[in-house]
Amino acid sequence: MLGIREEIVKERLGLTSNYAAAYAVKTVDVDVIAAYPITPQTTIIEKLAEFVANGELDAEYIPVESEHSALSAVVGASAAGARVFTATAAQGLEFMHEVLHITSGLRLPVVMAVPGRALSAPISIHGDYQDIMNARDAGWIMIIASSAQEVYDSIIMAYRIAEDQRVLLPVMVSYDGFLMSHTTEPVELYHEEYVRKFTPRNLSRYRLDPRKPITVGVIASPDWYYEIKYQAVHALRESKQVIKEVHEEFNKAFGTNYDLVEKYMVDDADYVLITYGGASSGNAKEAARRARERGLRAGVVRIRLFRPFPADELVNAVKDAKIVAVVDRALTPGDVYEGPVFSDVVSALYSRNIEKPVISVVHGISQRTMLADDFYNLYKMLDEYAKTGVYPRSTVFLGLRS
Amino acid sequence: MKVYFRTIKDLPVEEHFGPGQLTCAGCGPSIAIRWLIKAAGSDIIVVNATGCMEVTTTSYPYTAWSIPYLHVAFENAAAAASGVESALKALGRKGILDTKAKVMVIAGDGGTYDIGLQSLSGMLERGHGVLYVLYDNEAYMNTGIQRSGGTPHFAWTTTSPVGSKLRGKVQRKKDIMSIVIGHHIPYAATANIAYPIDLANKVKTALDYLDEGPAFIHVLAPCPPGWRYPEEMTVEIARLATETGYFPLYEWDHGRIRLNPPSNTHLDKSRRKPIIEYLKRQGRFSHLTEDDIKEIEKEIDEYWDYLARLIKAFG
Amino acid sequence: MMRLTWRDLPIGGFVIEPGNARNNLTGTWRTERPVIDQDACIRCRICWMYCPEPAILELNKPYTTRGGKKYDMTYEIDYDHCKGCGICAHECPVKAIKMIPEVGG
Repeated sequence: MLGIREEIVKERLGLTSNYAAAYAVKTVDVDVIAAYPITPQTTIIEKLAEFVANGELDAEYIPVESEHSALSAVVGASAAGARVFTATAAQGLEFMHEVLHITSGLRLPVVMAVPGRALSAPISIHGDYQDIMNARDAGWIMIIASSAQEVYDSIIMAYRIAEDQRVLLPVMVSYDGFLMSHTTEPVELYHEEYVRKFTPRNLSRYRLDPRKPITVGVIASPDWYYEIKYQAVHALRESKQVIKEVHEEFNKAFGTNYDLVEKYMVDDADYVLITYGGASSGNAKEAARRARERGLRAGVVRIRLFRPFPADELVNAVKDAKIVAVVDRALTPGDVYEGPVFSDVVSALYSRNIEKPVISVVHGISQRTMLADDFYNLYKMLDEYAKTGVYPRSTVFLGLRS
Repeated sequence: MKVYFRTIKDLPVEEHFGPGQLTCAGCGPSIAIRWLIKAAGSDIIVVNATGCMEVTTTSYPYTAWSIPYLHVAFENAAAAASGVESALKALGRKGILDTKAKVMVIAGDGGTYDIGLQSLSGMLERGHGVLYVLYDNEAYMNTGIQRSGGTPHFAWTTTSPVGSKLRGKVQRKKDIMSIVIGHHIPYAATANIAYPIDLANKVKTALDYLDEGPAFIHVLAPCPPGWRYPEEMTVEIARLATETGYFPLYEWDHGRIRLNPPSNTHLDKSRRKPIIEYLKRQGRFSHLTEDDIKEIEKEIDEYWDYLARLIKAFG
Repeated sequence: MMRLTWRDLPIGGFVIEPGNARNNLTGTWRTERPVIDQDACIRCRICWMYCPEPAILELNKPYTTRGGKKYDMTYEIDYDHCKGCGICAHECPVKAIKMIPEVGG
């Protein structure tokens, strides 16, 4: 592994996840960027503006007048055959929401970075995953990273996945707002040639070209809509296979170790926390180590690919655990339990006929501080539940003053 | 404008639009689209906003368009077109795509005056080389004749109906040309489906200017079910709109305003036909009283006064 | 057409055959049809210019009128698509086009 890294790594910089995203976009030969500022994404587009202004990145930089126009502009550019990028969060993601569905319906390989942020009201600039989870039905491939290096690597992989002729779906790469977007970590940047080699353009996909005129964006009656929509639903489900292939290839070419879910000490674990994002997962791993020192067989499963949901991989990772808790950083008010990924996990287990106690936990809403202690206490709670056989039948809101 | 077509004999033969679209018989916007695309030629990419023209021409599995076409949503045709234009620039520069295609937005009054105003303004401010064509049938026709910012004063629509308290649209028609000209773009013009030679020349002129920046054409396109008249009258009513001075033909060309025939004789009010000739033929105005008509006449006179002063300042 | 499954269609609802709406025969909508009197027609191009569909064909067909006038163009109605709006008849400067009721069947 060391051998490959030496050859392909150009430099090691201290970068925030936002800057890491910008460097990744620079390296993949993007053609059109649409930029609209919103906390905590703004430094991505500022960095990209610098690259373009210095001639380091040959791309059209469109400073649009709203997020709805940001996604609309990259949809237009992608339909014309360009490789595109935009970024947003929270209210911006909500504003462009109708275009999210349109992008996947039109099968356009748009790549978008979203450092997650809480949704108004009340207005909050602070990080959580409410905005990202709210987009989960829009038909996009969704990857949740946990480090700046992973953001950089995931955006490179995203272009390869999105433009694969078997996929042709947009990809959202998301991560913690502020806790990652504005936190500096060491990131190894690759020589451009290796990245370009990994992300060749798909020039055979349909595009707007007067030499072969096509109509994109039709109205479809009940006689046709169902089949056209099903194609996209099917493609999203089947994309998991392509995503796995791309991960394997990337790991081989770049000496990394990415998978659809990350398993930490789960092989013999009795108590498993399912997490996503950097802060949650980091805390959980720290807590698992502490729990192990005190004799609890603790483990963590970090969900990296969120859509399409990696049900098989997740079930394999937790099937031998005594009790599992899902730590959500988003809310689904009015639902049976109020955490989004909890529902996916329970569905996955149910669909494979696995009965297991699963606890719904919510934490880190609008960047309410999450301590490793909180996660350690979760392990102790799981141990208690396993002993008594009594466990909460509604969502546990960690850290709430009540 | 540059004169590419002098007489009707010069107009191009090749069709790139229709037939077979689901537009009503006698549809004014259909005439507009047909001539926009004919004048532009096949080296064009159209970005269309949701509306009558989009829905009637792209009903799956049929398309009435023989040129590349994109529809995204209602309010963002200008934003999507900005993206298309940028893509062509970037891909051309990188040697990946070799095309001279121009980009044209086609949007209705609903998608321009109201919901689309933000993205139109953004596109104009950023200076994209895109021709934005507004086909104005003066209401949200596709959803069944609701009022828009482009609906004229007093007109009946389903959301500005004629009742005992309120009688037709209370507000006046928004002056979209002044808004566009306020962005100081190279070229903006009004056009009318009753004058296809003028329209075709303006389209070609505008496309020529796209290397300098955006262009805008506002086309009046009457709608038989929405304006309430028999469908064979579409062209006649469009013509009367200009002959009565309600819809003057003029251009803003690099900072100068010029009236086009026949509007160039209409600064003199006596040369305009009486506005009643235009109003009396449309059911959406059938409730007008003498006072209402005088009010409309006054508004038209005021608009011509405004135009006269603009021409004096910018002529 | 209705038997096409989701596997048969191009993705994204893309329509890849330009202008295939011409297979949609809107001529069936008519209640009246225009009929051009070729002897009265002066080949001014106005009907062709204003047709919204377009459903008036400009053909390089020579024609000699009963009065002996020679033309090298002829205008014919595309009855597969003509919706019978009557704009052509209304705008014709010499009233060479008449709208007559469609006979059913």
